[in-house]
Amino acid sequence: MVRINGENLDVSGKSVAEYLNLTGYDLMRVAVELNGNIVPKARYADIVFKDGDSVEIVRFVGGG
Amino acid sequence: MIPTKEEWMNALNDRHGAMFQEKILSTTVAICGLGGLGSNIAISLARAGIGKLILIDFDRVDITNLHRQGYKANQIGMRKTEALQDNLKEINPYLETEIYTIRLDESNARNILSGADIICEAFDNAEEKANIVNFVLSEMPEKYIVAASGMAGLGSSDLIKTRKVSGRFYLCGDEVSDVKDGIGLVSTRVMLCAAHQAHAVLRIIAKEYEV
Repeated sequence: MVRINGENLDVSGKSVAEYLNLTGYDLMRVAVELNGNIVPKARYADIVFKDGDSVEIVRFVGGG
Repeated sequence: MIPTKEEWMNALNDRHGAMFQEKILSTTVAICGLGGLGSNIAISLARAGIGKLILIDFDRVDITNLHRQGYKANQIGMRKTEALQDNLKEINPYLETEIYTIRLDESNARNILSGADIICEAFDNAEEKANIVNFVLSEMPEKYIVAASGMAGLGSSDLIKTRKVSGRFYLCGDEVSDVKDGIGLVSTRVMLCAAHQAHAVLRIIAKEYEV
C-alpha cells in the first residue's frame, strides 16, 4: 500500500505520472513529495511508487 | 511626526517582547507576486517590524486590484513594486526593501531569492505557483516556503487553513476554490489567506514549526 495525502491506496508499481493522470491531476499545477522529498517534474514518468511510500500531492488552483 | 528609530523599536518590543522582535528584525522575507496575497503579506510583515522584504512583481496597479490589494486610487498605473515600496515606507520608515520589477522564473529565481530566509509564494496563476514552489523545494531546499492555494469566492472563512506539507513547506488556503470557476476574488477571503501566510512566517521566525 502507498499512503497518499493520508489515505492508503493500492497503487504500488504505478509511476508518479501514471497516478497523476489516472486521478485527474494537472501535471503543470502540482507539487509532489515522496517520503518528504520533492519529486522533480522531469522524473514523474520514471519514479515508481512502492509499498510503504508516503506521498503528498499539493494541487495549486488560481487566485491571489 | 515620524517616530525615531528608537521609538519605533521600543514600541515593537513592548508588543512582541525584545527577544522575538530581534528575531523578526534579523529576518529577510521574499514575496513572489504583489497582488491580493503578496501586498497584504508585505503590509502585515512591515507592521510587525520585519528586517527586510524582497518584493517581486512585473505588473502595474490596475483599478480592478484596488478592492483587495494594498494600493490606493492615486497609484493606478504605477509599478506594483514601487507603489508598494512607497506604502510600506509610510507604514514602517525603518523597513529595508529590495524590489524586482520582473517576471520571476527558473532563470532568475536563484539570484533574486538567495538572500531570503523565508519565501512567500503569492502569485495568482496556478502554473506559476506550482513552478516556483517546485523550484524552491528542489533547488533551494534550505529555504522555508509558504505558499497559497484556494482562496477565491465567498466560501467560509474557516475553510482557509495553514498546513505543513513537509519539513520547510507550508500551504495556506482551502486548496480547492479556483478563481477560474468564475467565483471571483473577495477581498476578505484573500486577506484571510494572506494573514495565514504572514502568520506562518512569524511562527517560523519564532521557531514554532508545527501548525
